[in-house]
Amino acid sequence: MIPAAFEYVRAGSADEAIAAIAEHGEDAKFLAGGMSLLPLMKLRLATPTVLVDVARVRDLSYITDAGDHIAIGALTRHRDVETSTLLAQECGVVASVAAQVGDNQVRHRGTIGGSVAHGDAASDLPAALVALDATFVLRSGSGERTIGASDFFTGFLETALNADELLTEIRVPKAGASGFNFQKFNRRAQDWAIVGAVVATVDGAKRVGLVNMGNTPLRATAVEAALASGASIADAALSAADGCEPPTDLNASVEYREHLARVLVRRALEASA
Amino acid sequence: MAVQGSILGNPVKRKEDAGILNGTTEYFDDLKIDGMLHIAFVRSTVAHANLGAIDTTDAEAMPGVVGVYTADNLEMPDVNGFIMLPPTMNRPPLAKGKVRFVGDIVAAVVANTKAEAVDAAETVIVDYDPLPVLVDMEASIADGAIAIHEGQPNNIAFGAAGMGMGAPVEGLMDEADVVVKGRFVNQRVAGVPMEPNGIIAIPEADGAMTAWIPTQGPHGQRGELAGVIGIDAEKLRVRAAAVGGGFGSKNTFHVEFGITAKAAIVLNRPVKWTETRSENMVSMVQGRGQIQYVELGLKRDGTITALRENVLGEAGAYPSLGAFLPFFTHTMACAVYNVPKLEFNWNAVLTNTTSIAAYRGAGRPEATQAIERILDMAAVELGIDPVDIRRKNLMPKFEAPGAPAGSGLAMYDTGDYAAPLDKALEAADYPALRAEQAKRRANNDVKQLGIGVSVYVEITAPAGLHIEYGKVEINEDGSANAYVGTSAHGQGHDTAFSMIVQELLGIPMDKVTLVQSDTALVPRGSGTAGSRSLQTAGSAVFRASEGVLETAKQIAANLLEANVDDIVLGDGGLQVAGVPSKLIGWGELASKAKASGIEGTADGLMHELDFDGQQSSFPFGSHIAVVEVDTETGKVELLRHIAVDDCGKILNPMLVRGQQHGGIAQGIAQALFEWVQYDEDGNPITANLMDYAIPSAAELPSFETYNTETPTHLNPLGAKGIGESGTIGSTPAVQNAVVDALQPFGVKNLDMPASSQRVWAAIQEARG
Ligand SMILES: Cc1cc2nc3c(=O)[nH]c(=O)nc-3n(C[C@H](O)[C@H](O)[C@H](O)COP(=O)(O)OP(=O)(O)OC[C@H]3O[C@@H](n4cnc5c(N)ncnc54)[C@H](O)[C@@H]3O)c2cc1C
Repeated sequence: MIPAAFEYVRAGSADEAIAAIAEHGEDAKFLAGGMSLLPLMKLRLATPTVLVDVARVRDLSYITDAGDHIAIGALTRHRDVETSTLLAQECGVVASVAAQVGDNQVRHRGTIGGSVAHGDAASDLPAALVALDATFVLRSGSGERTIGASDFFTGFLETALNADELLTEIRVPKAGASGFNFQKFNRRAQDWAIVGAVVATVDGAKRVGLVNMGNTPLRATAVEAALASGASIADAALSAADGCEPPTDLNASVEYREHLARVLVRRALEASA
Repeated sequence: MAVQGSILGNPVKRKEDAGILNGTTEYFDDLKIDGMLHIAFVRSTVAHANLGAIDTTDAEAMPGVVGVYTADNLEMPDVNGFIMLPPTMNRPPLAKGKVRFVGDIVAAVVANTKAEAVDAAETVIVDYDPLPVLVDMEASIADGAIAIHEGQPNNIAFGAAGMGMGAPVEGLMDEADVVVKGRFVNQRVAGVPMEPNGIIAIPEADGAMTAWIPTQGPHGQRGELAGVIGIDAEKLRVRAAAVGGGFGSKNTFHVEFGITAKAAIVLNRPVKWTETRSENMVSMVQGRGQIQYVELGLKRDGTITALRENVLGEAGAYPSLGAFLPFFTHTMACAVYNVPKLEFNWNAVLTNTTSIAAYRGAGRPEATQAIERILDMAAVELGIDPVDIRRKNLMPKFEAPGAPAGSGLAMYDTGDYAAPLDKALEAADYPALRAEQAKRRANNDVKQLGIGVSVYVEITAPAGLHIEYGKVEINEDGSANAYVGTSAHGQGHDTAFSMIVQELLGIPMDKVTLVQSDTALVPRGSGTAGSRSLQTAGSAVFRASEGVLETAKQIAANLLEANVDDIVLGDGGLQVAGVPSKLIGWGELASKAKASGIEGTADGLMHELDFDGQQSSFPFGSHIAVVEVDTETGKVELLRHIAVDDCGKILNPMLVRGQQHGGIAQGIAQALFEWVQYDEDGNPITANLMDYAIPSAAELPSFETYNTETPTHLNPLGAKGIGESGTIGSTPAVQNAVVDALQPFGVKNLDMPASSQRVWAAIQEARG
């Protein structure tokens, strides 16, 4: 419950943060809201030697209309995403998913960028961003690149982010103020999802994301395809777990998770119809 | 006027809350002692092993380290976990030869800071030679299982036979038309007080010591700790600062106290241990853990003819009070029902797990669960409504003398079991609930309704804990001190006991100081446990106040040259009846006491005594739970919880409400959420608050709480205990409700907690 000793650097800007990470190398880590990193450090499952604190990099906390998409700064708190009127109008699904992350305290500290960078398949926002086909902007000393959400999440707690790269922005399509639903199934209000199903409507087509149904946040492509070819919601939802390799833990067996995915996807589709 | 009607029975706000809420009240971890060192423990990561070499070389060289200890260089006697247990199962504070559960202590590191101690502890290298691991009671007692303690070859720590009980009853089921059988698991749960465990051990001059421990019972801790560190109890002062919850677990002596205090003596420096949450989940004693085989014999009309219970109670690796708790299950086995014949056998079983001891209810919730579950199963089998089968067997209203003895091990005091049942049914609108349930069943709704009923009686101030010390003394400024041998840790005793002094002496509550939780200031005491405090210590304060009043009247009569019989309470003191101008204030009465020469005034105006309630008291009540079960996902939602609890005469309804609410939440938690689990290798897999699911307000409805008031004759307050009723009445009501909702699927029983996966699996299985 006491982390191993580490050095602490506070970055005032994105450039400072990137420079600091470059200077300290492999064992340095960015600290954003700390909601995922600090528990790991307290259990000594993570032992970074340097923390570069980006939580106060204000120029990366924003939600703006960028014409064909909405741009969200990586350091934007869940709470700000949840309560954004711009998002409510232009991409309501992201706000409504953010509203179900953890509890109030967690949402006031945790950031959307931290959620993405942590790469946890059990987290809520990554599944929504995969369903939306969001784009992530990554920056390092050697420049900036963009990457699609589906390519970003590469494995269990693994992403395409290089050690010296800072995630600066999340770009989501203008999916509108309706046609979405998030079914989060958990034991307690503040818990991670045992399984979650998020549905959004982009350009008139249903997109379906799955929380905690594999090593990475997933898109239920079989369901999307079935719907596109005219299947009923009930029939389409039956393929919700196709191709998934969900984990087994205290709360759910593989079989139970697959069952939940089918029920939750059906309910999310019905609620967003 | 001070004496305008009684303050007792009023919802007086808690005196202690301002400091707790604004942060000025000090808890154990707030205390900083000059020169204080910190200790960290190296705990076994293996559940059962022969202990090989312990390499502390690196740790000794780490920054800030002042001492590294193992059983080889810190001598202490092995600790007996419960007085009735043989020494074969005593626990060496620092493991010797073997480790027996994940969390057993192998070494201890003392350093200048907590972080240094933790860092150094990480470098201690321990060789383990693993042994077969037992985490399941039935595997522990199976033929050929390895003995966890030599000298206890069958892994039975204690049992009914050790108390001369448990024999089969000839022809037990002869009168029964039907015998209904069930196997129920009352799963292991953890107390998880918000404030974890700890100690600051401070060596004093002349080999004395002061120990700050967040405990429920400083006097009990003093006796145990003195024995382990080898000093006279008189030389050891145990104190508790404000204590952040206990739920029974903080009544137990933990070996960490001994190691910390011994290290403090060796180093001659204060040493502090503050438990982390991760440690708390493996070290602090846990609760429940029973497997119950229950058979109920009945006539076709639902009349009970006999009950048989065979109980395995988990003791853990080092048996503690938990090895005795099934005796309370036996004591309360017949509960509120006429049970003509009872056969009860039990054994406490060793496993490679954390020790089991008291946890809110301690043996009585398990008894209630067993009878309330089997009655519901009988109701289904016989086609009788669960309420009707209970009514048919309820003991009629009674008073002493002539009170029943339940299962024969304790004499009840007063009871009127139909009263809370009636009240709960009315508050719930039971017929309307059944109608709604029938509708949903007929419609085959996805969300089915379940209704669960429980009626309970429990035992408070149990096991001889009905005697308690109390003293009231008046200060020369007219304020009063009330001393008690109980030790509050959240209950609101400061408020309750001050109300009693105000009631009897007219001294305002805010001028009454409660003195507790310090062995130097309170000569003896049994602490706060078993819902005993108001009825014992509260009664002692009541009697001591009466004693003070009697003495003060004599002092006043002398000073006022009046007849003692004419002296009455006045505004702020005593006066001649009808003559308010002839009044002597409490301050003056106190200052004139010593010189008065009146008997008992040698130390001023005070009175002390040990109140004796003669026996335990038996609160009772009835709970009704209404759940909605999502039959597609298995998710259970508690819609309503109605509780009618009878704790005798109520002193402060607000304090009673608080105990009801907390207890109900904790009882529901066992029914729906909490479960301490181990994997087959004995690794705890619920050792943090992410995996160990304590519910929050978001998971619970607003409780509908009521009371009936059936006073006891055992004490002047007419009070019984309320601290544990919530966890006794609520758990079976909620569990019954879940099973009731699943009845259309043919589900007969479902073990707790009713997690969504379990409910879903039960439906799947029933559907075939
Ligand atoms: C009690 C509790 C309940 C929770 N419940 C939920 C829940 O229900 N659903 C859910 O989805 N999440 C939940 N979370 C996690 C929460 O959403 C976290 O906020 C989020 O996962 C991490 O965001 P953060 O800003 O706190 O990141 P941090 O913990 O600071 O960082 C996480 C990781 O990302 C890296 N990182 C952070 N920001 C960047 C960046 N801009 N560029 C590159 N790397 C970066 C860090 O180096 C670190 O490795 C919960 C957390 C807690 C403590």
